[in-house]
Amino acid sequence: MVSVRSITNTPSSLTPNDLPWIIEHNEERCTLCGQCAAVCPVSTLKLAYMRKRMPHLVLSATERGSAYKTFVGIRQSTEIGKRCIGCGSCSLVCPNEAIQPVQNPGRDRFRFVNNQLGEPAKRGGRRNVPGASLLDRIIFDRISMLTDPALDAGRHEFSCNTLLGRVLPPEEYVRRKLAGEWIPPVREIFPFVIGSMSFGALSPNMWLGLLQGVAYCNEVLGIPVVMATGEGGCPPWVLRSPFLKYIILQIASGYFGWDEIIRAIPEMQCDPAAIEIKYGQGAKPGDGGLLMWFKVSKLIARLRGVPEGVDLPSPPVHQTLYSIEESVMKMIQTMSMAWNFRVPVYPKISGSTSAKSVLNNLVRNPYAGALMIDGIDGGTGAAYNISMDATGHPIAANVRECYLDLCAQGKQNEIPIFAAGGVGKNGNVTQNGMALIMLGASGVHMGKFIMQSAAGCLGTESNRCNVCNIGLCPKGITSQNPKLYRRLDPDQVAQRVAETFMSIRTEMKKIMAPLGRSQSLPIGMSDALGIDDKDVAERLNIRYVC
Amino acid sequence: MCRLAMKTASEPFSPFSVLQAMEAMQEGYDGSGLGLLLRGLKFADYKYNAADPILSGIAHSETALVRLDHIMDKAGFTLKYDHEYDVKKEMIEAQDRHKYVLRVYKKPAAWGKLSVQQVEHELMLNRLALRADGEAHGNDLTAFSLWPDVVMIKEVGWPLDIGLALGLDSGRITSRICMAQGRQNTNYGINLYACHPFFIQGVATMTNGENTAFIPIKDWLTGRAYPGYIGYQSDSEVFAHILHYVTKQLKLPLEAYKHVITPLKNEELAIHPQGDFLRGLRDACRRLIIDGPNAVIGTLPDETSMLVMDAKKMRPATVGGKPGEWAIASEMCGVDAMIPDRDRSKDFQPMREHTVIIPPDRQELQIWSQFDQLPIHQAA
Repeated sequence: MVSVRSITNTPSSLTPNDLPWIIEHNEERCTLCGQCAAVCPVSTLKLAYMRKRMPHLVLSATERGSAYKTFVGIRQSTEIGKRCIGCGSCSLVCPNEAIQPVQNPGRDRFRFVNNQLGEPAKRGGRRNVPGASLLDRIIFDRISMLTDPALDAGRHEFSCNTLLGRVLPPEEYVRRKLAGEWIPPVREIFPFVIGSMSFGALSPNMWLGLLQGVAYCNEVLGIPVVMATGEGGCPPWVLRSPFLKYIILQIASGYFGWDEIIRAIPEMQCDPAAIEIKYGQGAKPGDGGLLMWFKVSKLIARLRGVPEGVDLPSPPVHQTLYSIEESVMKMIQTMSMAWNFRVPVYPKISGSTSAKSVLNNLVRNPYAGALMIDGIDGGTGAAYNISMDATGHPIAANVRECYLDLCAQGKQNEIPIFAAGGVGKNGNVTQNGMALIMLGASGVHMGKFIMQSAAGCLGTESNRCNVCNIGLCPKGITSQNPKLYRRLDPDQVAQRVAETFMSIRTEMKKIMAPLGRSQSLPIGMSDALGIDDKDVAERLNIRYVC
Repeated sequence: MCRLAMKTASEPFSPFSVLQAMEAMQEGYDGSGLGLLLRGLKFADYKYNAADPILSGIAHSETALVRLDHIMDKAGFTLKYDHEYDVKKEMIEAQDRHKYVLRVYKKPAAWGKLSVQQVEHELMLNRLALRADGEAHGNDLTAFSLWPDVVMIKEVGWPLDIGLALGLDSGRITSRICMAQGRQNTNYGINLYACHPFFIQGVATMTNGENTAFIPIKDWLTGRAYPGYIGYQSDSEVFAHILHYVTKQLKLPLEAYKHVITPLKNEELAIHPQGDFLRGLRDACRRLIIDGPNAVIGTLPDETSMLVMDAKKMRPATVGGKPGEWAIASEMCGVDAMIPDRDRSKDFQPMREHTVIIPPDRQELQIWSQFDQLPIHQAA
C-alpha cells in the first residue's frame, strides 16, 4: 500500500464517478475535432494526451518488456465549478456520436461538498422531482355518454377562454351599469399564461421570440395568449407598441424597470393586459428575485437603471409594506390609478398555508383583480437549493382550499385564482392545467414548460443542466452572452410558441368534449376529476377511482 | 331521456289530455317518474280564489299529516279546501303514500301588512319549513309547492298510470297551464324532489337532457345563501333557480334569461346594440352558463310560458298551436296529441338564439332573438 501523501486527496476531492453526470467517451469513434470541448458551457471537457502501457512478452534480454502508446482522449474535470451538468451539448455537436453525459446511477457524492467557502448550493431551473406529479395522476372521468350525446372536439365550437380581473356580483353589476358607475376592468384571456420570466433572466432572443409568438397567437390564430414579464421591466419599444396589450407587467420588491415603465405611460398606445405584483414565488418563497452579475449586460443595465455587471437581488419583501392590508391599499390601488382603473392589478404569492388569509383580504377589496398562487414545483432563474427543494406548498391543495373557501362565500366568480408551479413539468401541460382549472383555478401560468416546448430548454426533472443562474445556458435561453443567445432564432421560438398553443387548445377540446362542456371553461367542475389515491381524493374533495 | 309536454290555453282543460300527450312520446322515458304542474286552476267541487295559496305535497304517514297541520296552524294559515284525489292505491308503485295533499289555505292574517315580496318570501319559507320537517323525519313529508294558483304532483311510475291512479281523468281539476315531464332517472338517485318541474316562488321549469355544468352552477347558487336555493336532487333544478335569480333577484326581463344561460359570443356581442352591457352580464353571471344539451320549458306566475334551448341545440323541442291554445313538447307527436287541429306549418322549433314566449293573453307566439334589443333601461 502506498503512503497517503503520494495521492492527491482532500476532503473535497472527487472522481468522475462521484459527480452527478459522467462523460462517456468512445475513443474509437472520436475524430478529435474538439468541438465538444469548445461547446461545453462549463468547460468540464479537456482534450488530453494520455499514455498507456502496452505490455507484451519478451524473451530477449536486450529488449524492454513494455511499450507505451500515446493517444488523445477526453478528461472530465472533477472541480466543483466545472462538473458536468449533463446538458448534452457535447453530444449535440459531436459528428460521430462519440460522446454523451450519463447520469450517475448511484447517489453522487458531489452534493455533500457543493458548498465550498461556506456558500450553499444554488441553481436555476427546477425542483428535480422525477416521476408522475400529482397533477399527472388526476384523470377526467365524468364522460357524457348515452345520457347525452358526446360533443365532437373537431366539429363543435368551444369557448376556452377565461377572465382575468375583478368581476362584480351580478346584482352590483346591474346596479352600477344602470347608474353609470365604474366597472372593474376584466380581460378575456387564454387560460394558459406564459408565466413571469424577466427580461434579464431570459435572453433578448428568447424574450423577443416569445412576444412574437404571443402576438401571432392573438392576431392570427385568435388565441388570446398573454405573457408576464417578471420583474425587470420591458424594452422601451415594447412599452410603446400595440403588443403591450398581450403583456402582464410585473412589479416586485426591487421595482426594477419601473422607471422606464412609468415614463412610458403617457406614450403607450394601449394598456397592458394586467399588472402583477410579486410578493413571492413558488420556487423560493421568502426570497426576492436574483439576477446574478453575469447576466447584467449593458442592455439589462439600461432597462433596469443600474450599473453593468452587478448582482441585482430584490429584497425578500416589499420594503415599504408590512401587511397584506397595506399592500392592497398602497400597491393595488396605486397601480390601478396609474392606468386610470382600466387595468386589472393582482398579487402573486408563493403557495402557502397562509394563502387563504391573503385571498380573504383581497375579496374585501374592490380593486384586487385576481390572486396568483405559485406552488413549490415552480421554476426560477436562481435560488438556493434548499429553497427550491424544501420550501413552499404544493399547488393542488392550495388552489382547492382557496376555491372552496370562495365557494363558501359565493365569491368564486369574483376573484379569479390563477395557479402555477409544476404545470407541464412532465410534458402533460394541458392535463395539468385543466386539472387545476377543474379544482377551481381560472387559469394557469407555465414557465419551465414553455422554455422546453418553445426553445428546447435542456432541463429535466433529473437535475440536468440547471445553470440558468450563471448565464451559461447552452441553448441561449437564459443567457445575456451574445455568443450563446445567438444560438436561438427568435422566429423559430415564435413558431414553436404558436405550435404549442395550437396544440394546447386542441387538447383542451379533447378534454372538454367528452365531459359535455363547450360553452364555458369548466372552472370548478370537480365532479369530473378522479385520482387513484384515497387520501388525495379526500383532501381535494374529488372522486377516488381505481 | 326525459320527455316534456306543456299546454297553455285560455280555457281550463284537464291535465289528463297532457298525460295522453306524454303517452304519445312514451318511447322516450322509462317510467321512473312523473311531474305535473297546474296553474290557472278551476275545481269542479270548489270555487277557488286565485289569491289563496295552495299547498301541494305528499304526507307519507298519518303522523306526518298531523305535523303538517300543526306547522300550518302555527304559521297562521287557515284551511279553506282539502282536495281528496280519487286515489286507486293499487295502481301506484309506492306503498307509503298516506295522502296526496292539495289544500287551499287562507294566508295568515298577520301578513296583511307585508309587501308582496315579503309575502312571497314567507310562502317560500313555509314551504321550506315543511320540507325540512319531512327530511328530519325520514322523508315522511314531501312539500312541492305552496303558492297561489299552483298545484304540483310528483310520483314514481308511468304518467298515464299515475293520472288514472289519482283520478285526473275525472275533470274535477282543470287548469289553464299544465306542465308535465316523464323523467328518466339516470344521473342521481330516485327521489320525489328530483322529478321535474322544479318550482320556486311561482317560477317553474322542466328540462330534458343532462346538465353537464351542474356542479359549478350549483356551487354558485348555493353560495348565494338564499334559502330557496337548496335541493339539487336533480341537475335540472338549477334551471328553475337561475330563472328565479334573473327575474326575481336581478329583476331583469324574461328575455335576459337566455343571455345568462347561453350568452352570445364575443363577435356577436361586438355588433349587438347592448353588447357592452351584455358582455358584462355574461362575465358577472359566468358561473350560470349552461352547457346543455337541454331544452328548458318554463312558466311564470303571470301565466307567461317560455321555451329556450341550449347553445348547441342538441335537444329537440317544438311549439305549435293557435290563438288561445298553445303546446310545447319535446317531440312533435306530443304537440300533435295536445293540439291536433292547428296549422302544423306554423310550428316552430327554436334555434340557439331564440326565446319562445307565450304571453298570458295567449294570442300569439313571441319569438325573441338574442340579437334583438333587450327590453331594459336605456342606460344598459
